[in-house]
Amino acid sequence: MSEPILSCRGLTKRFPGVVALDGVDFFARPGEVHALMGENGAGKSTLIKALTGVHPRDAGEAVLAGKSIHPRSPREAEAAGISTVYQEVNLIPDLSVAENICLGRQETTLGFIRWGAIRERASAALARLGVAVDVDKTLSDCSIAIQQLVAIARATDISARVLILDEPTSSLDDSEVEELFTVVRRLRDEGWAIIFVSHFLDQVYALADRITVLRNGKLVGEFLAAELPRLQLVAHMMGRSINEVEALQHREPPARPAGEPLVSVRGFGRRASVRPLDLEVRRGEVLGLAGLLGSGRTEVARLLFGLDRADSGEMHVEGKPAAMRSPQASLRARFALTPEDRKSQAILPNLTVRENLIIALQARRGIWRKIPRQEQDRLVSQFTRALGIKTSSPEQLIRNLSGGNQQKVILARWLATEPRLLLLDEPTRGIDVGAQADIERLLAKLRDEGLAIIFICADTAELARNSQRIAVMRDRAKVAELTGADLNEQAIMRAIAHGDASHPSS
Amino acid sequence: MWIDLVFWAGFAGLLWVNRSRPVFWPLLALGLLLLFNRFTTPGFFDLEIRDGRLYGSLVDVINQGSKVMLLALGMTLVIATGGVDLSVGAIMAIAGAVLAQVVGVAHLSVTVAIVAALAAGLLAGAWNGLLVAGLRIQPIVATLILMVAGRGIAQLITDGQIINFEQPALVFLGNGSLFGLPFTLTLVLAMFIFTALLVRGTALGLFIEAVGDNETASHFTGLSAQRVKFLVYVFAGFCAGLAGLVAASNIKSADANHAGLYLELDAILAVVVGGTALTGGRFQLAGSLVGALLIQTLSTTLYARNVSADIAPVPKAIVILAVCLLQSPVLRGKIARLGRFLPKTKGGAA
Repeated sequence: MSEPILSCRGLTKRFPGVVALDGVDFFARPGEVHALMGENGAGKSTLIKALTGVHPRDAGEAVLAGKSIHPRSPREAEAAGISTVYQEVNLIPDLSVAENICLGRQETTLGFIRWGAIRERASAALARLGVAVDVDKTLSDCSIAIQQLVAIARATDISARVLILDEPTSSLDDSEVEELFTVVRRLRDEGWAIIFVSHFLDQVYALADRITVLRNGKLVGEFLAAELPRLQLVAHMMGRSINEVEALQHREPPARPAGEPLVSVRGFGRRASVRPLDLEVRRGEVLGLAGLLGSGRTEVARLLFGLDRADSGEMHVEGKPAAMRSPQASLRARFALTPEDRKSQAILPNLTVRENLIIALQARRGIWRKIPRQEQDRLVSQFTRALGIKTSSPEQLIRNLSGGNQQKVILARWLATEPRLLLLDEPTRGIDVGAQADIERLLAKLRDEGLAIIFICADTAELARNSQRIAVMRDRAKVAELTGADLNEQAIMRAIAHGDASHPSS
Repeated sequence: MWIDLVFWAGFAGLLWVNRSRPVFWPLLALGLLLLFNRFTTPGFFDLEIRDGRLYGSLVDVINQGSKVMLLALGMTLVIATGGVDLSVGAIMAIAGAVLAQVVGVAHLSVTVAIVAALAAGLLAGAWNGLLVAGLRIQPIVATLILMVAGRGIAQLITDGQIINFEQPALVFLGNGSLFGLPFTLTLVLAMFIFTALLVRGTALGLFIEAVGDNETASHFTGLSAQRVKFLVYVFAGFCAGLAGLVAASNIKSADANHAGLYLELDAILAVVVGGTALTGGRFQLAGSLVGALLIQTLSTTLYARNVSADIAPVPKAIVILAVCLLQSPVLRGKIARLGRFLPKTKGGAA
């Protein structure tokens, strides 16, 4: 085990009214991938931001290669030797790959940029990572995965020795994640100290040598990945016992309720989006939608909610013909959708928690019939209590909440409209295990109260344990429908891979 | 000098009450400018009562600033949706032309003329709304069309003539006084209260802010972003029609070439100085009025100090830049780190 290149002791950061980081020790060693784990609000981002100078620390020390550092901006941190690749690629889409890698460090002669040198340097930086990309290509023409690799090439094209990867995989598919990991392992073997932040347990165990767990701004402990069982890690993050966590993971969904379907569609589809399919969902039932990214899962939800219009087939709601031509129509029919991309499609970042929560109900009532303020406050306090939304005040801006709490507000927004059909598109993506458990529990409760729920989720295990039926999508078509004993990960995987002969699609 | 004392104590109180609101900064700038005038511009605070009405520089500020204040009310809502309306100056000219044509040429009643002029403003606003919300043309391009064409339309209405009118009711609109104060003050206040009720008494304000903050998310929520946008352009057209009435009344005639010229820029400036971000979202209705007052006070100050009209824009620009910088969170953060005494403001923009 090598000596740490970066040693932090007693790192503390206070924000008005909250200690976000409370005397945390953290060490990064060369040739190691060190995962930083914790629920939302545990202090991971604050620790990263303290290291990169976004939020300079209030107390404690950070020593990099024997020298104490006090970065006041990401640029200073980079100069000191700490490079960061952020969750959302923050490069410039309209510039070329080469320009993005060398931007701000261009070599010039008499003030003129030496384009040849820039191309060479960019190619070299990419070659070091074993990535083959045309450096003259415009960045926006590259896939997100390539953009992520370009960001890493940019971050490692300086003589830094510490690389921070802040949730680099949240928008990548499985093969892209593997490609990224190959690059990260290569950097690790070259002696980089890598700090890896991710919500995905599988990825952490696939990549990390060491795991540091934070909770409520405090250090829980530093562990070797090989010696820390998964369940123990989750228990550490949530601050609960292993037994409690086990209990959470073994819940049997009840049998499918009897009765007429609330919503049924036949031959329902849209050209270049979803091939005609049949689906039905009853009250008190969770229908899971499985499939890989791009398989048409989200498109089905869009069609059902009227964001796109179906150009074939028919829809019945409670046995009567219906058509969802717009989200407005869906709102009137008491449908609800929490979209996949919380940040761009759901939250109103600069409005308050209260305003975000009542907006759908208000939209249904229209412009002129304003919900009285007292009623708004009642709704907000009811739902913050029911869903356990953590916010300092209802008048807090929603962008200041953690991802899990934002998602709960979005759920509350729709529950306030008393929906009959709830479409949940990846409701647990990018949120911590605690909030995820809360949302799964809520799902079961709403189901038992008689809501019809369509649940879209990339995590097959999560899907299997929460659904009573699962429709499997592949290549924009429904290829199977699983029930009963087939509600397990293996069956879902099989259906995604082969379709399932015993349950032919209709 | 007890009036002096009451005035400044009142202003200080106003600042204190608003100390944690975004309107604090433009209000502070206005206060400092008035204070500067109090000590260095002779006669700025002099008020005189002649024939039962007030005269003086302060009265001029309100009277002259009323048009920009009216425009700024509509512009605030447009900017809050993330748009902009460049055509309000031209709409003023159209409304003035309709007014003069109806009373001066068609010889119809004053009431009909006012209704027709306001309807022209509404119609022009609806045209902008149709382009922006219906055809999804970028607001700056969509409203540029009427900005360029509007004065031509006004010329067509008046057949290229400058039409004068003398009807006392129309002259009163822009020059009369009520309770000793300019009638335009009553008009602006009434319009302000009406707008505030319109946006805060209904859900319109929330919808405007939601659309300006994240249009995609608003759409997913079942909000009709296009309907909200259409409404704000219609409202801005109505405000411009009203301002056009005042402008025509000021000079007792319709001047298609000069009525409201460049006032769209002052209105945009007033909104921005007032603390509403050009990127949309949260808006500050009162801030926009203070912004308009600040701009007019600056103009009147420079006029009172005999600064030539040709170079007046330069000091004006410097003061406005200073106010914008004061609202910048980045700069305020730096100042706060030095001093740690400045009040924190929620929202606000530069």
